[in-house]
Amino acid sequence: MAEATADTVKPTAEKGESIWDDVWYSLSHNVTAMVSLGFIALVALLAILSAIFPQILPYDPYAQDLSQSFAAPSAAHWFGCDQQGRDIFSRVIVGGQVSLTVGLLSVSISLVVGVTLGAIAGYKGGKVDTVIMRCMDVLLAVPSILLAITFMAALGKGIDKAVVAIGLVSIPEYARIVRSQILSVKENDYVSAARVIGDSDAKIIFRHVLPNVAPSIIVRATLGISSAILDAAALGFLGLGVQPPQAEWGDMLGRGRNYIFQAPHAMIYPGLAITLTVLAFNLLGDGIRDAVDPKSRRR
Amino acid sequence: MQSDTAEKNEATAAATQTQGAAPQRDKTKGEVLLDVQHLSKSFVAATSFFGKPTSFVQAVDDVSFQIHRGEAFGLVGESGCGKTTIGKMLVGLLKPTSGRIIFEGQDVTDLDPKERRKYCRDIQLIFQDPYASLNPRMTVSQIVSEPIITNNILPADQVDARVDELLDRVGIRPELKNRYPHEFSGGQRQRVGIARALAVNPKLIVCDEPVSALDVSIQAQVLNLLEDLRDDMGLTYLFIAHGLNVVKHISDRVGVMYLGKLMEIAPKNELYHNPLCPYTQALLSAIPSPDPHLSRKRIILKGDVPSPIDPPAGCRFASRCFAKVGACEVEHPDLVEVLPNHWCACHRYANVKPEDITKLARQIQYEAARPTYGMGGSDANADPISSDPDTPAEAKAKGEVLPKSK
Repeated sequence: MAEATADTVKPTAEKGESIWDDVWYSLSHNVTAMVSLGFIALVALLAILSAIFPQILPYDPYAQDLSQSFAAPSAAHWFGCDQQGRDIFSRVIVGGQVSLTVGLLSVSISLVVGVTLGAIAGYKGGKVDTVIMRCMDVLLAVPSILLAITFMAALGKGIDKAVVAIGLVSIPEYARIVRSQILSVKENDYVSAARVIGDSDAKIIFRHVLPNVAPSIIVRATLGISSAILDAAALGFLGLGVQPPQAEWGDMLGRGRNYIFQAPHAMIYPGLAITLTVLAFNLLGDGIRDAVDPKSRRR
Repeated sequence: MQSDTAEKNEATAAATQTQGAAPQRDKTKGEVLLDVQHLSKSFVAATSFFGKPTSFVQAVDDVSFQIHRGEAFGLVGESGCGKTTIGKMLVGLLKPTSGRIIFEGQDVTDLDPKERRKYCRDIQLIFQDPYASLNPRMTVSQIVSEPIITNNILPADQVDARVDELLDRVGIRPELKNRYPHEFSGGQRQRVGIARALAVNPKLIVCDEPVSALDVSIQAQVLNLLEDLRDDMGLTYLFIAHGLNVVKHISDRVGVMYLGKLMEIAPKNELYHNPLCPYTQALLSAIPSPDPHLSRKRIILKGDVPSPIDPPAGCRFASRCFAKVGACEVEHPDLVEVLPNHWCACHRYANVKPEDITKLARQIQYEAARPTYGMGGSDANADPISSDPDTPAEAKAKGEVLPKSK
């Protein structure tokens, strides 16, 4: 650590040091971002470990013990038990497997497709823009859950299909954000300068335009993870996504809601898991946004 | 070491180039580098419901001029007169509606993208706003090296040395090359912009108001840098500006534009001492004088610039002209060479003998000039053109003969 600080006294003077070293330097000195990263790593690690070594869990997340139905949190059951007497702590850990996968994968789908379409529409303009954006408008006109149900009807049941459906329905939002940002960024003189130099369109988009659109994409994507988790729960509620007894945060939250007065802990802990994870992703996203922006980067 | 020799070779090459073109700084009679013929550009201003254009903005209307190798050609005019549009067409950011651009004898108006790349390298652009023309997410070194890498000008291992050399040339310490644009001042950013333009060894640089966003002390530094670069590297400039004092400093010849038309082209001193077109006369009389004791007369124009959407049928300037005659409202005058090397588009000088033209121009000026408030009072300078570009002695030293005044 001491070595690292000594090396980075003048981080930009060093020759051959890449931009990513600067970004990491800034990020690693951002306490909030690092705490968030630690939390996400912990949740992800527990989810992965519990999938490989189920014996680390205090209880079998699927074992029912009706005598413990709605048991309050105690030393034996840290987060209490649900209606069927299943240990909520074990279920929250296992639930991370599905929820994190759904959140990250569906956001990746909408991010890649949405940013590409939005970038082409915004940069090319004209007819291409009209065609792409009218298609996006059609998708936006239908409520997203209804649209996801339609996709699932075509694709079939299952959590993997739910991921694709959720990813597809949020494409228009990303496309719209990226397009509107690009419309303003591409009017900058440095884009004209790149054209005068002889850069190709692809190079201009990836090197000059998209990096300057990145902040709004990062913020939207981190927020998107939470809505993807909740959408997956909603689909599960309709019997399309997560199927019982599969442990999943959104699904646990939805079922716990029925017993909010008798056993609030059945809802609170999965809810906390979603909230904290989403908060961590948001704060980490803020940190990344600052770290990739030369103006707000820490030195 | 390698780059040192390369630098020397380049310097000698540049020296021979300038020698051939301009032995005594008379850059008006060299080889024609850029020939612009009847260039026009119109933008669609409104469309019908079905997307059919119904009205056009005539931004540039039938403009022709030539720029000689090694020359600095100034283009002046008020905002919206089409100067920048011409610059953008020359570097290929806009496609002309009609007309031809001939660069080094080759027609480059409609080139396919591959050939355009080669031509790209020869004409570069320096932007007006140094805050918008540099990508905030790239370091200075990335910005300057990008054109070299994109156009494969040097092998990868020589790029770094070349970037250092370019930054050094424009007056930025190469140690600062890993910094980002926001860490520099406006003048330094403009220098980075200049280094980027120089990176591809261009022949012609279009300077689009390169100093108007800078404060006055920095303006002088950047202008001097541009002049030095021209002398050292044999560059040719098209210098677009709305400030006459800036153009006076750097240009050899000046073209005056009004509402998309070129009104007058003349060598710098000829234009400043003997403006023929009434618009040029009014423009020159608007140059502020720093001397409060100098009371002078000015030509004050009334009214606004007509809308370029429906430009007047006659002379573009007729609606504000103080010297118009009947023909002015009917037809726009052609740009003709009324005096040697002095082109003017004005009906007043049609059928006037060359020796009477200067006299007529003076007469038009004096009739229109009105006194303004100054502290001078009795010894008021009767000459509405208060700005003195070069004293007669200075001009003589440069090999120019001034027209007789007064």
